[in-house]
Amino acid sequence: MSNLVTNVGHAHGDHGHDDHHHDSGEMTVYGFWLYLMTDCILFASIFAVYAVLVNNVAGGPSGHDIFELPYVLGETALLLFSSITYGFAMLALYKGNKKAVLTWLGMTFLLGAGFIAMEINEFHILIAEGYGPSRSGFLSAFFTLVGTHGLHVSAGLIWMAIMMYQVQKKGLTSTNKTRLSCLSLFWHFLDVVWICVFTVVYLMGTL
Amino acid sequence: MFGKLSWEAVPFHEPIVMVTIAMIALGGLALFAGITYFKKWTYLWTEWLTSVDHKKIGVMYIIVAMVMLLRGFADAIMMRTQLAMATEGSPGYLPPEHYDQIFTAHGVIMIIFMAMPFFTGLMNLAVPLQIGARDVAFPFLNSLSFWLLVSGVVLINLSLGVGEFAKTGWVAYPPLSGLQYSPGVGMDYYIWALQLSGLGTTLTGVNFLATVLKMRTPGMKLMDMPIFTWTCTWANVLIVASFPILTATLALLTLDRYMDFHIFTNELGGNPMMYVNLFWAWGHPEVYILILPAFGIFSEVISAFTGKKLFGHHSMIYASGAISVLGFMVWLHHFFTMGSGASVNAFFGLATMLISIPTGVKLFNWLFTIYQGRLRFTSQVLWTLGFMVTFAIGGMTGVLLAIPGADFVLHNSLFVIAHFHNVIIGGAVFGYIAGFAFYFPKAFGFKLHEGWGKAAFWFWISGFFVAFMPLYALGFMGMTRRLNATTNPEWVPYLYVAMFGAVMIAFGIACQLIQLYVSVRDRNKPENMCEHGDPWNAHTLEWSTSSPPPFYNFAVLPKADCIDPFTEAKENGTAYKAPAKYEPIHMPNNTATGVVMGALLTVFGFAMIWHIWWLAIASLVGTVAYFVIHAARDDQGYMVPVETIERIEAEQHKRLVAAGKIPATATRVETSLEQA
Repeated sequence: MSNLVTNVGHAHGDHGHDDHHHDSGEMTVYGFWLYLMTDCILFASIFAVYAVLVNNVAGGPSGHDIFELPYVLGETALLLFSSITYGFAMLALYKGNKKAVLTWLGMTFLLGAGFIAMEINEFHILIAEGYGPSRSGFLSAFFTLVGTHGLHVSAGLIWMAIMMYQVQKKGLTSTNKTRLSCLSLFWHFLDVVWICVFTVVYLMGTL
Repeated sequence: MFGKLSWEAVPFHEPIVMVTIAMIALGGLALFAGITYFKKWTYLWTEWLTSVDHKKIGVMYIIVAMVMLLRGFADAIMMRTQLAMATEGSPGYLPPEHYDQIFTAHGVIMIIFMAMPFFTGLMNLAVPLQIGARDVAFPFLNSLSFWLLVSGVVLINLSLGVGEFAKTGWVAYPPLSGLQYSPGVGMDYYIWALQLSGLGTTLTGVNFLATVLKMRTPGMKLMDMPIFTWTCTWANVLIVASFPILTATLALLTLDRYMDFHIFTNELGGNPMMYVNLFWAWGHPEVYILILPAFGIFSEVISAFTGKKLFGHHSMIYASGAISVLGFMVWLHHFFTMGSGASVNAFFGLATMLISIPTGVKLFNWLFTIYQGRLRFTSQVLWTLGFMVTFAIGGMTGVLLAIPGADFVLHNSLFVIAHFHNVIIGGAVFGYIAGFAFYFPKAFGFKLHEGWGKAAFWFWISGFFVAFMPLYALGFMGMTRRLNATTNPEWVPYLYVAMFGAVMIAFGIACQLIQLYVSVRDRNKPENMCEHGDPWNAHTLEWSTSSPPPFYNFAVLPKADCIDPFTEAKENGTAYKAPAKYEPIHMPNNTATGVVMGALLTVFGFAMIWHIWWLAIASLVGTVAYFVIHAARDDQGYMVPVETIERIEAEQHKRLVAAGKIPATATRVETSLEQA
């Protein structure tokens, strides 16, 4: 990742003769990475809450009763593949191939949207069965943790849609490159978080 | 249509509240009329509100902090008056439900809306200048952070007249803060005011970390950064590591209150004790976020006014780091009595006591800096000396409280109140006021009146001791915190003395207001002016540029290859050297996006508080849309032309000659103007 990041760093670094440029690409990506670390702590807090509440089922279902691993595996596959396609979008970006960037971003968007659709469906089924977040501390923590991740992915999808429009309109400008690099960090970060969710919530909950 | 909001929300039947609101409304009206009369709206909008200049944002932060100091202090004096009156069966003048809101508001305002913006303002003002940068890493983000704070300020003050504020104490522990026991909008005001301003603080932390790591002037090594910059950097590390915990905790409480979740509830598997842990996992680092920058101020003040290098520059950095790391490992000492068991309590008790070691290192570093120095007894130095004495006492009572056994006796007593006011007033607030007097000339080009500043100091410090030493005694005598009336006749004299102390602090604050007035009035007197930029003969780069600094800070990025680069430059005669030729400077454009997003998010917070869902959705979508449109403009800033820089630097050259800082024969600037 790091060499990709520095590639866009010098996008508009040739005016003036000092090395201080406001919002130059490298600094933006670095700042965004710092922000992601704060996001990481936010998730860590919610993971801790989940770990504390996981056994507080209050007479309701436990993870063992409600999680369907094959379904979640499908969800996971969608999200993991979306990371790969985003990686291809970034490779296309460095080659300066606008059309390929848009194609791969579109693929990523579809995979991400599929993930969100499956998650909403899972939530819908649980709530319809009476296992909504109000049922128990465990379910509250479950919906919070998985929902927070889902909210992040949804925000990423909106961002991606905006970026596709921007790339379509303005091409692979330096700001667009910087922003696609930030979104790339964000998207892969959410993938990593999901791997933790999958392990801590679904695997440890059912196995 | 308007959710829970109706005319019932305005407390027409409470004379105290209504009079306060009337006064605020009159003051606001006068301000509005004044700005309109002097035709200053355009100036205010273009030069300040939409500014992304870190110096102006810093000044605005400090203005907010000072206004909030008055608000928070009004709460304080009301509480002390109530407690002095409501003794031996008398009810006093504040009904319980109002008193509860006052102590909650006092805590929240003083920590979140006074101390935090004061520190953030000083950091904004000084840190980029100290590292020889032209602005922060993300100037627009900086403006947005400020306006998010203002959103919180607006919401918490709105709660005075529309609805109510939380009655839970500033820690807002569930289940008391849950829907069952706090069904009103007070808790929701608390949640959204803290959530919005906390978001701003997180962004500030990210912004300033990127700034110090990426934007130091060429040659400045990390370990050579000035101590104030370093302590702010540690504070920012704590911010990015702890504020997300607050964000998460408040969000979880929001889910409990708004969507019937059971995370912190008492029933169906919720766990209220988890809130207490999460709150202090943020809350304890938070107090170090407040105190570390104050330590930095004291270090700058002491080394400037002794005319010496700071003793143990590196050990100061390591001590601050140790305090930051340990500060994350002691949160449980806020609730030894919750029942974690002897071993856990012992661990956290020991970790807490350990913090006194790096803090002691700092204290000795300051003392050794003074040793054999020529200390000038300015008001800034008085605040620093006052801090060293006061904070040492507060630190010792802290070590006492860190003993779990002692804490079981003193938990939730006035001893705790006395302790944390001892360290926060005697540490953070004294530091900020010293920093205010220290950096005021940098921001405005004239000094504050020394006499009134010293009077303020003596009122503050004596008032502090008179107000809070009795509380230590009352704590030992068994008086618990958050009482709105007492029946024990033995406590009464102490409560009277404490009330008297609060009045003395009020005189101190009055002196500060007079000081501001007198200083502004006399700003053009020669002895007060210091536009040349170096009023204290100080060591670091912020003093090498004019006061107020030009908007680009440094015409040429200064060279820094040692700890006190400006002192070195003054000694070897390279200070104020103009280059043969200036280069155009890249600067960011002002933008209204921060103001607009702040305003929209204020509406969002208000709509969430009052359950006006359509408005909440509309304002949130509006905020995001406005940001996207802002970003889509791809504003890359602009280049300051060389002519502008030469004109500004020529003025500074004249001032330096007039102040005798450089000989009149240095005529390079005029020469290059002829060439141009």
